[in-house]
Order: sequence, then structure tokens, then C-alpha cells
Amino acid sequence: MKNTIAERIFDFLKNFPPFDVLEKEQLFNIASNVKVTYIEKDSFVFRQDELPHQNFYIVKDGAIGLYRTMESDHILIDICDEGDIFGLRPIIQNDHYLMSAKANEETVLYAISVEILKEIIKTNEKANKYIIASFSSNIKTPYAKTNNGQLFANVNSLETNNAFSEVQTAQYSKNPITCLKNATIQEAALIMSDKKVGSILIVEDKKPIGIITDKDLRLKIATGIISIDKNVSKIMSFPVITFPEKITIAEAQIAMIKHKITHLCITKDGSPNSELVGILSEHDIVVLHGNNPSVLIKELKRSKNVETLKYVREKSAELLKGYIEQNIPITFISKIISEITDAITIKAIELSITEMKTEPPVKFSWLALGSQGRKEQLLITDQDNALVFEDVSEENYQKTKNYFLELSQKITEKLHFVGYEFCPADMMASNPKWCLSLSEWKQQFNSWITKPTEDAIMLCTIFFDYNFVYGEKELVTKLSKSIFKSIQSFEIFLNFLGRNALKNPPPLGFFRQFLMEQDGNHKDQFDLKSRALMPLIDAARLITLSHNIKDKNNTISRFHKLAKIEPQNKDLYLSCADSFKILLHYRTEQGLKNNDSGRYINLNTLTKLEKLKLKGCFKPIKDIQDLLNIRYNLAQMM
Amino acid sequence: MFKWFTYKTYPEFFKTYLKSFKEKQPKSIEETRFVVFDTETTGLDLANDRILSIGAIAINNNIIEVADSFEIYLKQDAFNAETVEIHGLLKDGNLIKTTEIEAIEQFIRFLGNSILVAHHAAFDIEMMNAALKRMKLPKLRNKTIDTGILYKKLEGKKENHFNLDVLCTEFNIPKHDRHTASGDAYITALLFLKIISKLKKERTVHYSDLFRTSNHKGLI
Repeated sequence: MKNTIAERIFDFLKNFPPFDVLEKEQLFNIASNVKVTYIEKDSFVFRQDELPHQNFYIVKDGAIGLYRTMESDHILIDICDEGDIFGLRPIIQNDHYLMSAKANEETVLYAISVEILKEIIKTNEKANKYIIASFSSNIKTPYAKTNNGQLFANVNSLETNNAFSEVQTAQYSKNPITCLKNATIQEAALIMSDKKVGSILIVEDKKPIGIITDKDLRLKIATGIISIDKNVSKIMSFPVITFPEKITIAEAQIAMIKHKITHLCITKDGSPNSELVGILSEHDIVVLHGNNPSVLIKELKRSKNVETLKYVREKSAELLKGYIEQNIPITFISKIISEITDAITIKAIELSITEMKTEPPVKFSWLALGSQGRKEQLLITDQDNALVFEDVSEENYQKTKNYFLELSQKITEKLHFVGYEFCPADMMASNPKWCLSLSEWKQQFNSWITKPTEDAIMLCTIFFDYNFVYGEKELVTKLSKSIFKSIQSFEIFLNFLGRNALKNPPPLGFFRQFLMEQDGNHKDQFDLKSRALMPLIDAARLITLSHNIKDKNNTISRFHKLAKIEPQNKDLYLSCADSFKILLHYRTEQGLKNNDSGRYINLNTLTKLEKLKLKGCFKPIKDIQDLLNIRYNLAQMM
Repeated sequence: MFKWFTYKTYPEFFKTYLKSFKEKQPKSIEETRFVVFDTETTGLDLANDRILSIGAIAINNNIIEVADSFEIYLKQDAFNAETVEIHGLLKDGNLIKTTEIEAIEQFIRFLGNSILVAHHAAFDIEMMNAALKRMKLPKLRNKTIDTGILYKKLEGKKENHFNLDVLCTEFNIPKHDRHTASGDAYITALLFLKIISKLKKERTVHYSDLFRTSNHKGLI
């Protein structure tokens, strides 16, 4: 019999997990048994410590606030809006409600009998997994639809080949030039020059067994190491790396970088044991893609003027866009983009030094700070940098400092021209405060550490993430040693740093609920940087500092390192790393889409699923902040 | 005597229906089963037009129970081409349709002695009564609530007389499946809950208040 109302409810539920994975009949059965309730603003659906109802709830219209009452405080833990489920855990675990649910605005709820759901969980494994996972961890939506190239595809699947399935496939040469394995090197070279190609594949039974490129001929033959009448197998590279026909550009690039090769063999089934059908060279990709990280870096190395730097920088922005679209792992993207940024900076320094009338009077190092120091700067932002030079005698000090200030001035101007805008807070090596000798820097850090005023802590968060870019590395090593000595003799500094780490976002309220900016230019937008990324960055920095680790600057590698050092907190640290990857990816995508820093998000532009997944990233933030709170006894300091 | 005679000729379902009114009736909103219903008809003429479909949904303890709902489409002899535009029910659609007699019987069984709720209830009830009359049965015995009248009990709404569309907008109810009997019944059910909730906020609502018209003239 027709059931118009149930059909309408079905249409609504099917958009939200776990209902989206149910069989049609299963979901229709649920929809036909929904109970619809209307909750007036400020009325309760249930109260904390109440016994569980027979139903759990899904918000149809309106918003339900989940509150936890502790002593006399009502703390808003979460806001559930359209499509959110609540009140499920207590029923399944037969436990009291741990929170009160109150309507923040008038709300229509669908109440769903847990008996029906239990029945379905028994027969539907996907739904079962979702429910179990959503209890055990709120880290991320336990399964995600990766097939439509959604950003929030869970991190693990992003890093498998499946994530590339819908990405543009690479066009390879369908008629590879080949020779048999009993051919001589000379015969192979003649075929190559006849066909005007830079490489030749050696085949046996139509299967690729090796490859010879121009480079092999240059290095092994022209040098006279091996004679030209020898068999091709003497100089061929093997085994070859093979891929199936549907290889994507992204996969090809990654494979080439990973194996440090320039050619991939395409075989029928992708294994080395099947028939060769084509060859894909780095050149093919460059032609297709227009740009390529190794080509860009080569170009940078050859560049003689700042215009080329600007060109490469712009190209790298296109590269970034392509990577994000292709859902390439964020760790890989940030590695490549940071390499390019560093290469640009190095070139800007080299160009500036040649402009100076004299060589640098003493050794120095150029430091990248903040996000560039952490190698997390994907979108172009302003520059933060500093310079440290060797100690000199007092009479030479001013002269030396003036030299480096002038040099820094030139460098920062070039970077500005390239597109890295001047830092509005003037945290640049061209500022006399941040262009210091090694002793001065040691003293500066020591003073920040021993007198941790709010300003000092703020500067620490920027300067502690320094990364050596150019010059004399030894200076930086010495500086790091000195900093750790200062921290060890003044350990309470870490507590101050911890307090700062918790200061930025609202501590409890924002967990699993979007707190919008209340005023200013970004009113009613969500500040992804300070509310989601910074807490993770700050936490990772603080805990690695407390373990005396300086060589890890990057937030993701910091968390990975911490997971090894503190196995008891491994899960937490790894989930922090995962969250950070997702958030960084997300910020980058937003930034590219809106052509801005990606810092502020207009939540209305997000789909429900995106919101859900974004929320999933906040759970580890809350957990790591709790850990900081306990470890650094921060409750007492607040 | 005559009455008793006719009673004997009533079909079983109708006897059961009438008997149910002898049971003790609930005295609070929470204990009452409300049946919110709507009909789509071939037109507005009680004598000549016919019911095309009936949609109904029950409310128990302020909860709209989708499992306790009713939806039926009637076979037509009389057919009014003009109203097809509104409700989209063609004479020979793809829906499974029942005869008027069968449909009314099923609806009466579903309804029982519950309180009937409808928007501008008088028309829908008279259409049902007309159908009953064709079956040689007496009128519906259920107490009724008209959401249109209930709305007027809210502060400052006395003079207003609004159709369902306007009230949907005022009460922020999505107009899904408007102009299908079930869709309208569901919308009316939500409206009913919202009005009651608002009334309760304004003052103490006694159960009997629901049935009293705001216009007391009728009582004199």
C-alpha cells in the first residue's frame, strides 16, 4: 500500500549515515515506523541521568543542544542539526543519558525505535560497523564514500591506490620501441636514433624485462666502461616498474618520484609478467600536465632572475590545485610544495648575495618560521623568517649586522615580489630584532623562556618552529642546543606554553560543534586555523619540546614521533595526525576554491557529510587538549 | 424502536465502531489518540462530489506515529476534471484503488473512537458523512477538533482565518506533498502539535478547551 509519509521520511533519512548504507527495504521499514515529535524551543528531549528512552533521535528540522551538567555549570557539548543522530549510545549500552538534550530552537525530531535498528544492525554489516565505530571513536566518519573524489575520504583510503580511481588517466605511448634481450648495445642505440627516442625497452616473450635510456648510454658507454658490442642486458636497468593501462597522472608521478625513475612500463594487467602495451615517460606527463615538481625545481636552479621565481611559484600553485583535485595524500603534497618554496627562497638568497657588493662577512643561516618552518605552508601566505649570523667582535658587530640587514631587505623584497607578502607583524629577517648574532639569539630565546610573558609565548610559538633553509647549518644546531638547555633549567615554561596551547579556541564548547566567529570581518564564519589547526600544531610543538626533540618540525611527523615515544598514547597521537591531515587538506581546498588563505569557512557552503566529517576531526583535538591539561596541570594555571 | 431496528441492520464494523464510544474516554491530551485526517475530493459539492483519497495519521502522547497511519485511494464513478489539477489524482492512475464502501469501512476501523483532527474539519467530515449516508449509515460520532479554530485560540489570532498554506509558513512547516490527503494530514498533525505547544506556553490548557469554539454564540 502506498505510504506517502513514510516515503518522504525515507527520502530524508537516506541522505545520512548510517541510513545511507541500508538496503532500501530496511530503510523503508524504519521510515514506516518513525515517530515524529515536535520540541518547543528550550524544552528537553531527555535530561542527564534519565533512563534511556525506547528510541533514539534524528534531527529533522531545528537544532538540539547536548548539555552536560557538572555541579552548577551547563556545558554545551554539541549541537545536533539536520540529519544528526543523538541518544543512541545509552540505549544500546543500556546506560543513563550522560547529557541533556534541549532544543536550541523549535525542532522536529524523528524518533526511531532501537529494536528495529538492532534488527538491521544484525543483518547489515556496514551499518553495524558504522555504529560500533561511532562509539569507539569519533575520530572520523568510519567509512566514507571515496569514489566521488570527496575530500574527506578517510585518510587511509586516500593513501591507497583506490583513491585515484577516478582521476584522469595518463596518456602513454602505445607503440613502445623495443629490442630483444640478445641484441647488442649498438643495435639498441641504432634503433633509438632511428626512431628518435630517448629510451628503449628490452622484451622477452613480449614482456618488459629492462630499459635502456640515453642516460645509460652516456654514463656507461660513452665513458668507455662497457663496450658497444656487449649484450643490452649489461647496461639495462631492471626490473622495470610496471603499471596497468589505467594509470593516472598522479600515480605515475608518485611512482617516478618514489623509484627515482623517468619511465614506467604499461602492461596488460599491470604486472611485469604480462604483455607490454606501452611506455609512459616523465616527458609525457610534463606535456600533459604542463608542470611537474622536478621540472619546476630544475627550472628554479637554472633561473637567473626573480621573474622566473615568480613564474615557478605560480606554476606550483597550479600544481597544488591539481594535487588537491586528485586527492593526493597531503603529506606528499606538502613535501613537494615545501621543497619548491625552499628552492625559491634559496634562489632568492643566492640572487640577493650576488647583488651585494661583497660576500657575507661571516657565516649565517636563513630560517623559515611558522608554517613554512613546519613545511605546512601550502597556500601562499605571508613570509615569516629570521637570520642568525656568527658571533663577531664588538667593533665589527654593527658593520656585520648592517650587512645582513641589507641582505635580508633584498631577500624579503624578492620573496614579496614572488608572492610571499611581507609579514604584517614584521617577523622578517629585515627587522633588526630578528636579524641577530648567535649569542643574541640564544639570549633572546633564554629570555622568552625564563620570562614567559604573553608576548614572549606568542613569539615562541612562531620562532620555535624554525627550519634551516640556507647557509651554515651548524649555527642552527648550536641554537637548538642552547634552547633546550634553557627549557630544561626552566621547565615551568612548558606549562606556560601549554596554557597558550589551550587558549586559542574555546576549550570545551567547541568540541563537535561549530562555534562561529562572533564579530569582525568573519562574523558567522568558522575559523579553521585558530580553532582546529592551531590547537594541534601547538600541542605537537609543546609535547615534542618536552621530549627534547628538535629535528621534527612538521606537525604530522611530530605526532608520528610522539606515537613512538609514548606508546600508551599512540592512538591519540595518530588520530591527531590524521585529523591534521584532513584539516590541512580541507583548508587548502577551501583556499583554492575561494582564492584566499582558506582560514575562514562559510559553513553554509558545506554539505552535511562534510560537516560531519569535519566534526569528526575535532574529537582528537579535544582529547589532546585534555591530555595537555592533565600533564601540565593547566587547570590550576587558568 | 426504529433506531434499534436500524442498528441491527448495520454491518459488524459499524456496530463495533458505535460500541467503542461506550468505553471510558480519556481525559488528557497525553492519553488521547488523535486521528489527523484529510480527504481529497472531486469538488466541493457535498451532494455530487466524491472522495478521491483519505489520508490519516495518529498522534499519541504528542507523538506522530508513522506506523499508525492510513492512506487509501477510492475508485471513481463521478469525476471532476477541474480538480485534477490540484491533487493530481486521475481517474485511472496507477494507484491501487478500493471501492467507496471498502474505503469507508477501513477508515472507520482505523478511526475507532479517537478524536478527529482536520484543518477546516467541517468539510472533510461532511464528505465522510455523505459517503456514510450512501451506505445507509449514520454520521460520524467522534469528537472533532478543527486546527483552523484551534489556531484562533492563540493570543491575537481571533479574527484570523487562514488556509493551510498560510499557517505552514507561519509555523515553519515544510509543504511537502501538499494537496495529497496523506501529505496534508501529516502537515496538519505537525500544525496541531505546534499550536498545542504554543497554547500551553500561553496559558494552562484544559482538555475540554480543545473542543470549545472560541466563538461562544453556538452554546447559547
